[in-house]
Amino acid sequence: MKILVAVKRVIDFNVKVRVKSDGTGVETTNVKMSMNPFDEIAIEEAVRLKEKGVVTEIVAVSCGGSSSQETLRTALALGADRAILVQTDADLQPLAVAKVLAAIARKEAPEIVILGKQAIDDDANQTGQMLAALLDWPQATFASKVDISERKATVKREVDGGLEIVEVHLPAVVTTDLRLNEPRYATLPNIMKAKKKPLETLTPETLGVDVAPRLATLKVTEPAKRKGGGRVADVKELVARLRNEAKVLP
Amino acid sequence: MSALVLAEHDNQSLKSATLHAITAARALADGVDVLVIGSSVEGAAAASAAIPGVAKVFRAEAPYLAQPTAENVAATALAAIARGEYSHVIAAATSFGKNVLPRIAATLDVAQISDVIAIEGPDTFTRPIYAGNAFATVRSSDAIKVVTIRTTAFDAAPSSGGSGSIENISAAPNVTTAKVIGQELTKSARPELTSARVVVSGGRGMASGDNFRMLEALADKLNAAIGASRAAVDAGYVPNDYQVGQTGKIVAPDLYIAVGISGAIQHLAGMKDSKVIVAINKDAEAPIFQIADYGLVGDLFEIIPALTAELSS
Repeated sequence: MKILVAVKRVIDFNVKVRVKSDGTGVETTNVKMSMNPFDEIAIEEAVRLKEKGVVTEIVAVSCGGSSSQETLRTALALGADRAILVQTDADLQPLAVAKVLAAIARKEAPEIVILGKQAIDDDANQTGQMLAALLDWPQATFASKVDISERKATVKREVDGGLEIVEVHLPAVVTTDLRLNEPRYATLPNIMKAKKKPLETLTPETLGVDVAPRLATLKVTEPAKRKGGGRVADVKELVARLRNEAKVLP
Repeated sequence: MSALVLAEHDNQSLKSATLHAITAARALADGVDVLVIGSSVEGAAAASAAIPGVAKVFRAEAPYLAQPTAENVAATALAAIARGEYSHVIAAATSFGKNVLPRIAATLDVAQISDVIAIEGPDTFTRPIYAGNAFATVRSSDAIKVVTIRTTAFDAAPSSGGSGSIENISAAPNVTTAKVIGQELTKSARPELTSARVVVSGGRGMASGDNFRMLEALADKLNAAIGASRAAVDAGYVPNDYQVGQTGKIVAPDLYIAVGISGAIQHLAGMKDSKVIVAINKDAEAPIFQIADYGLVGDLFEIIPALTAELSS
């Protein structure tokens, strides 16, 4: 069984993001970049399925500039067998990425495409669902447990009210949530071996996909800063001030 | 042109999230229709028709829609969209809305704008990015705007006074490649986390699931909902639906009491729009104190019972 894992290069989750003073975006120069944490979970799940013998080949794919090669080398170091970079400097938005992934999926014919439920930069939470619709495949989003058997996936999903269990026929799209697994770290030997694994570069043009953005970003601004830093000495003062000053006690 | 709101409901009644989606819809379009998809949805359909500003309520029912999948909801919604002339398709940014709407957008070959917090115009929206550390204002050039809205950013529409009409439409055929086979839903008599006026939230500092009972006693006094940080959920103290944060629930109550929560960026993303924030933590350097209006440094195992007692006096 072949599994396709989509990964994205994003600003590291620990970085305190700064808005550029000209309002055109956030500061990315000299800022630490990493694989989107939800995509690390996706790679980990694929690797575990391979270790269990369910999956025989893991193909990692990323869309973006040439620096996305680093993210793909990380995926290879973690256990992917080969990687595909769809290289473009376009302002990529979820619909375009879904179309690129759909084109790759039609070429590679995986049984499962797994990706993070959202990227921590745009927080869109759309790509997996859009990809499933474009391929006319079922989807299992926000997965906290995935079991593959025969031609089906049984997936436990985290939803607002608790958990939901869905059964989808393969091929299917799965998107990962936080508690699906705890990703491993790439070992130095595996990082070295990853340099020799195949990494193919394509372009959206060769795939016949139009990746032009649909949404124009007019401005990026900083939210109003919260004041904070208030202190109280004890419970009595807290209750008195909540009651009389803030007036929020029922 | 009208906006079509995809209702979220449990067949008998409308989820409050839909009321917020309708307010957003009314700000975007002259007319608002509501689509109710499910099985035996008279209650939810009637509730939708009673909301002021709702013109038509479309009821699409079938037994296989009792526990609907994204595939089935999208299929029926696309048929309803094709029957009308809609400028906008809107849902609340709940796990339901997030699961379904992108399928609709992709099939229509249009972009989706997720988690909108402000409307600047019928085609221009502001939304949070980077865990709410920046806001992006975007303009869509697509013919139909598919939008999910953050419920904390829009008031709930009134639930009576409207006189919409209800019309039955056919449900799309069952998409058999996906099926809901089970649910494990948290049952609670407390207010819903995303709409509660007061939230008491526990973090890693709570040290165990049993200790959350202390927060329950406090929550009882305040008629509060209970939330948690990712650390508390990962550690198994509480179920996943308690998680407040960038990838969990977004809340904006009048009062948020963060107990034993350090205040990571990702947690703040879910609660920094609360009117008043109280933080209780034994670490005076915890980042949560930087955004708290009232910070109390100390042992939560002493403070919480004392707070509960003080509220009873």
